[in-house]
Amino acid sequence: MVCESLLREGVDLVFGLPGGAILPLYQTMPEYPQLRHILVRHEQGAAMAADGYYRASGRVGVAFATSGPGATNLITGIACANMDSSAMVCITGQVARASIGKDAFQEGDTTGVTLPVTKHNYLVMKAADIPRVVKEAFHIAKTGRPGPVLIDIPKDVFIEQAEFEYPDEVDLPGYKPTLEGHPTQIKKAAKLINEAKKPVILAGHGVIISRAFDELKDLAEKAEIPVITTLLGLSSFPETHVLSVGMPGMHGVAYASLAIDESDLLISLGARFDDRVTGRISSFAPNAKIIHIDIDPAVIGQNVKTLVPIVGDVRRVLRALNKQVEGASHTEWLDQIEKLRSEHPSLRLPDNTKLTQQFILKQLSDITKGKAIIVTGVGQHQMWAAQLYTFSEPNTMITSGGAGAMGFEVPAAMGAQLARPNEVVWSIAGDGGFQMTMSELATIVENKIPVKFAIMNNNFLGMVRQWQHMFYNDTFYATEYTGNPDFVALAKAFGIMGLRVTDKTQVADAINSANDHDGPVVVDFVVDPEENVYPMIPPGESINELVEAPDQLAAVLEANPDMMPPS
Amino acid sequence: MATNGKATHTLVALVQDKPGVLNRVSSMFRRRGYNIASLAVGHSEIPNLSRMTFVVEGDDATVEQATKQLYKLIDVVRVNKLSDTDSVSREMALIKVKSTVQTRSEIIQMVEIFKANIVDVSPDSMIIEVTGDQEKIDSFHNLLEPFGVKEVMRTGRVAMDRGPSSSHGLDKSSKL
Repeated sequence: MVCESLLREGVDLVFGLPGGAILPLYQTMPEYPQLRHILVRHEQGAAMAADGYYRASGRVGVAFATSGPGATNLITGIACANMDSSAMVCITGQVARASIGKDAFQEGDTTGVTLPVTKHNYLVMKAADIPRVVKEAFHIAKTGRPGPVLIDIPKDVFIEQAEFEYPDEVDLPGYKPTLEGHPTQIKKAAKLINEAKKPVILAGHGVIISRAFDELKDLAEKAEIPVITTLLGLSSFPETHVLSVGMPGMHGVAYASLAIDESDLLISLGARFDDRVTGRISSFAPNAKIIHIDIDPAVIGQNVKTLVPIVGDVRRVLRALNKQVEGASHTEWLDQIEKLRSEHPSLRLPDNTKLTQQFILKQLSDITKGKAIIVTGVGQHQMWAAQLYTFSEPNTMITSGGAGAMGFEVPAAMGAQLARPNEVVWSIAGDGGFQMTMSELATIVENKIPVKFAIMNNNFLGMVRQWQHMFYNDTFYATEYTGNPDFVALAKAFGIMGLRVTDKTQVADAINSANDHDGPVVVDFVVDPEENVYPMIPPGESINELVEAPDQLAAVLEANPDMMPPS
Repeated sequence: MATNGKATHTLVALVQDKPGVLNRVSSMFRRRGYNIASLAVGHSEIPNLSRMTFVVEGDDATVEQATKQLYKLIDVVRVNKLSDTDSVSREMALIKVKSTVQTRSEIIQMVEIFKANIVDVSPDSMIIEVTGDQEKIDSFHNLLEPFGVKEVMRTGRVAMDRGPSSSHGLDKSSKL
């Protein structure tokens, strides 16, 4: 029943790890060679790989896990997909119906514990419901604002006999996402755009999810509007484009945050005004009217006040909006941003001989011409990748944004590579995050998945160390990793090519050798642990408290004694 | 309307009658930090749909967010915010009060004034059923207090828009 239903949904790839309660499902798998099963080493890997697969391909990722610990191990991956709007369907085994509620072996309240981190979930109590539930789950996962849906199926329901009848349509009276923007609102938005002197576009993940790349470009070029991209919006607009201004916010480039500060109109496309973007809300975009276009009505007005809200699919709304937007040029405004850019050159590489992450990422960007698929973990390396990699192709940045889940970089890269087998995938990893999920290297070897790993190995939880340095008087407690393995030897133990880089002069060669190798590669970049990410707007603060270089920190802290401790 | 000095709002949601739906709704309210002052659930006139009445504490923005978040739940079909002036709302309470030969007639008088009902009588106590808006029940309760209130059981608020239209815009025979 389950496999037949998955085939109807066009699924051909599943990530999973079996156990007692889901075994009846696994026993039917040999009959379905069309369903490729990737055996992960930890269920978190299955969920995050399914997430990476969805983000890279736009096709719903599928993960299988057994009851109890199998299901709870999925949760970080599910939560991550939920925060970042990734379509995923998880199917978990449950103890037999008669044992539910009896604290049976490996019993867990899976629908209960996943309730707050899924878009929807199901406990299926009879086999005849499976086709309908699978149909609904895929529909809910991929439409509207995408998200994870979990289906929990008791062991004896898998083997119960029932007539297989796959429905053609779903019947969900409580679920009807709005796709087309309201014409009156679109008209108002067009008027504001046509009147604006200093407009900016804030492009978020919604542009990528709705594949509105061309529509965004049309709008930006037609009305000559600079494009700022959020972390998850990176690669929605080519950073080689003259109108690209980069990422704003806590670790964004200063000129992007300053451009928002000075703008008179902010057009937000599929972004949700996360605190990492806005800083202190009361000081965010003080001069701007805000047009907020999003498919999720609940994010509109959630954090910032909006003048023109438009609920709808970004691509469809832009198609309608672009027709009403008049051609314009904003030479003066662009010159002003150019001036900000030259006065606040946020992406200067540190001028020393040390091997820094910034240098490596710049080299990687140059060598791959900004065309590789970049998957990152969370922390300093993530911010530097966001800053220094010049994303020039659509949908090439895959990162755990909202949840900020370390360890994402290994399984998500695996999923992304399986989704786009003919492209080069570079996983930018921290030594901390890598060690959370590196067991998936075995999965990568087993399935010949040629991901290139760049471990930014500073023997520290670098971003936590940076906060300890900046806000906690250099109390470096529990951030130093003194027992890191030899990552090159580790790679070899898995049968993977391993390279170590300790000096700037070796960087280009290592990247080229990894690119030329047709299998997976682990590059251990031994980098300077004391380097910190700048610019930085301290948490909860505004652009006025911007710290652009280490020597400005003391002054900012002194001027704002109430800043501590940050959150 | 205000209780404890905080502004309250009445939301009525039409939800699918499925296992766990109350949990989904209450879990969302808890997770997002919204305060429910009262909650009442019961079948609606449409098969397979229940109606929930929430009294939510908070400002207008909070209530708007709560409404949007309710809509995001797949099992929630319709949400309406009722205005205090254009809607009727009722609560019910059962109040067990001490009564003696000396006080009984005085209590019965009070019951008549408030159009309440005596539903159980024992030698030294009685149970009174009272229906009305929150203020009426509060004041009835306060008046009984001197006699010795032993137990109070109150329902949540149920509410409905005035006038001919239905809050959901659905036909009774809608296929759901």
